[in-house]
Amino acid sequence: MSADQVAFLVLAPISVGAGIAMLLQRNAVHAALLLVVNLVTVGIFYLMLAAPFLFAVQIIVYAGAIMVLFLFVIMLLGVDRAEPLEEPIRFQRTAAVLLGVGILAELVTAVRAGVGFRALGPAAFAETGADTAALARALFRSYVLPFEATSVLLIVAAVAAMVLARRRPAPATAEPEGVVDAEEAAPEEVGA
Amino acid sequence: MRVELAPIAPELLLVGAGIAVLLGGVLARRADPLAHLAVSLAGVAGAAAASVMLWSREGATALAGAVAVDRFGVVARLVLLGVAALALLLAHHTLARDGELRPEVPALILFATAGMTLLAVSADLVTTFVALEVLSLSLYVLTGSSRRLVSLEGAMKYFLLGAFSTAFFLYGVAMAYGATGTTSLGGIAHALAGRTETPALALVAMALLAVGFGFKVSAAPFHMWTPDAYQGAPTAVTAFMSAGTKVAAFAALLRVLDVALQPLGWDWGPVVAGLAAVSVVVGSVLAIAQTDVKRMLAYSSVAHAGFVLIGATAPGAPGIDAALFYLLAYALMIVGAFGVVSLVSQGERGTSLEDHAGLYRRSPVLAGLFALFLLSLAGIPPTAGFIAKVSVFRAAVEAGHWWLALVGVLASVVAAFAYIRLMVLMYMREPVGHREPDPSPVPRLVLAIPAAGTLLLGVLPGLVTDVLGKAAVLRW
Amino acid sequence: MIRLPLVLLFSAALFSIGVYGVLARRNAVMVLMAIELMLNAVNVNLVGFSQLWRDLAGQVFALFVIAVAAAEVGIGLAIVLLIYRNRETIDLSEVSLLKW
Repeated sequence: MSADQVAFLVLAPISVGAGIAMLLQRNAVHAALLLVVNLVTVGIFYLMLAAPFLFAVQIIVYAGAIMVLFLFVIMLLGVDRAEPLEEPIRFQRTAAVLLGVGILAELVTAVRAGVGFRALGPAAFAETGADTAALARALFRSYVLPFEATSVLLIVAAVAAMVLARRRPAPATAEPEGVVDAEEAAPEEVGA
Repeated sequence: MRVELAPIAPELLLVGAGIAVLLGGVLARRADPLAHLAVSLAGVAGAAAASVMLWSREGATALAGAVAVDRFGVVARLVLLGVAALALLLAHHTLARDGELRPEVPALILFATAGMTLLAVSADLVTTFVALEVLSLSLYVLTGSSRRLVSLEGAMKYFLLGAFSTAFFLYGVAMAYGATGTTSLGGIAHALAGRTETPALALVAMALLAVGFGFKVSAAPFHMWTPDAYQGAPTAVTAFMSAGTKVAAFAALLRVLDVALQPLGWDWGPVVAGLAAVSVVVGSVLAIAQTDVKRMLAYSSVAHAGFVLIGATAPGAPGIDAALFYLLAYALMIVGAFGVVSLVSQGERGTSLEDHAGLYRRSPVLAGLFALFLLSLAGIPPTAGFIAKVSVFRAAVEAGHWWLALVGVLASVVAAFAYIRLMVLMYMREPVGHREPDPSPVPRLVLAIPAAGTLLLGVLPGLVTDVLGKAAVLRW
Repeated sequence: MIRLPLVLLFSAALFSIGVYGVLARRNAVMVLMAIELMLNAVNVNLVGFSQLWRDLAGQVFALFVIAVAAAEVGIGLAIVLLIYRNRETIDLSEVSLLKW
């Protein structure tokens, strides 16, 4: 067994375990930290799979920026509120387990059937140019249109922040009775 | 390397207009909202002109294989741009009335439209994904843009289920890439065509892509977000998203099915047929159970997704032709129907069935328009909906799916009950309460456009069959 | 070097855990995190296949997925915060003025 394989066999259970533990956590902060463990181990796999640039992006953007955003929101909402774990709908959890297991079984079957693949060699891949420069060439030549379209996506996200943040908070439930009555009582205002 | 921009000129113009509106909102704070509307409509008109110019230069793909240049794309874009123009006009009027008009709204509608048109012409799954996200993110925000809590909750449900479905879509793309080593639709078809046996990965890819697209076109059983998002969104936005998302996502789905997965036709045929049958039945039956007009129209849109899928079960040009006609007719009638609701209701009030009782007494024009759109949704002649249903059924029967056509006809009969009940309410009952519909004449004139289209296509479908026939060939 | 089937099985496991999380959790923030897990599984798959085919398209796609996920999380968390501000809860079973 090569060193990579040993590392994979050690890290993969940690990663999957962190994922499962995250979902069983009642405390959202702990869950977020477990997600970070998962993201970092996945980042290390990218490194082993000849994707060094993605490793860096994974750590900086995912484990860094996105997770900080999550933690920030969790803190704003209040850390001490533990989520009740009882089922909102009867058998929802059972159904979720069944569906998750079903999807897993389907994917595993597909992988087993589909992987009569040729053997792969990362060394050969590295020679064909799995470096960051080659990635940049692919991004800016073959995928220049999606790349530009992503900029529109980011504008939308920025506008979204403005639209959502600038709204006046609405009343907690439906409008108070008085408002409705006033509306109903003054139809001539909107009437033809 | 020279980049030719003509194939994406419509998207560039739409995004440009959107940015102009945003900048205008910042730099000229006191500017009349009419100026924003004018800029937006100019962008849409420019995009339409740029699309029409592409009619004669049918080729393969452009921009390193990212987008397809074909007549199918031109027609899909024109339908989407028409929807966008109507939605901009309606949104301008109704949001100004409800005091919720801000320059961000037309800008987001323009960005969403750019995402839709890009989705309709994407020839590579990377482009498909990014376009899908541009349109989805814009629509999540538009859904939640109103001050009302119900709007925010609709946005949250739409967002969570949308992101969930995106993950399925992406897993499908990854599987397709794993099976073929490429993400371009033509490349996938090429790689799959050479195989003697179908790789399991490609089948899983097909199933996962079907789930992802099923969510976006709101086909049952992936329709759970539809009624909440449609009810929560400001009604003009609902008109836009119900028509636009469906047209764009179906255009992309047709490209995936009839180009990339065309070698797997025998495998996806039953999947699409199953989705279609479940959608028409679930949509039609649940539409009857609704007490809110927007929710009823939402379930009706689930059923209509099923009807388009019935057309799509026929592989190749006949199926594309029928689906395209159905999408055109559906866009006209659903924009019209939600447009009428946006005038009858105000904010979140006035959308229940009861609020439409006696509409004829209060506004014969609105009642007449609504009745026309409802007849078309029910598929009763002489409306576009009738011709559209006949054409998808014919395509399905010719492809050998006669049982599907039968299910479709039965479901139409069931659904007709919901539409006719609403019409009876409008015409036969006395008005309840004092709520008056919006009296302004301009939006009624706007709604006359889809009404005229619905009637015209119903009486003279020959007007567009030639164009649609030429557009029913996908290039890759 | 890692054998590809192992990578794919790992990814399938992560994806299924994510699916379970989305369906079983009631906290909107937790649901979002579960969705991130699913997107992560997709990226593992893409990078693995990218190595199989010795083709960079998979890695480029993974980059797009990360960029889009960032934008998506931003919007999603904004909506969650607003709901909380209005209703003091992000429990999905309580947040249903609207029916499923």
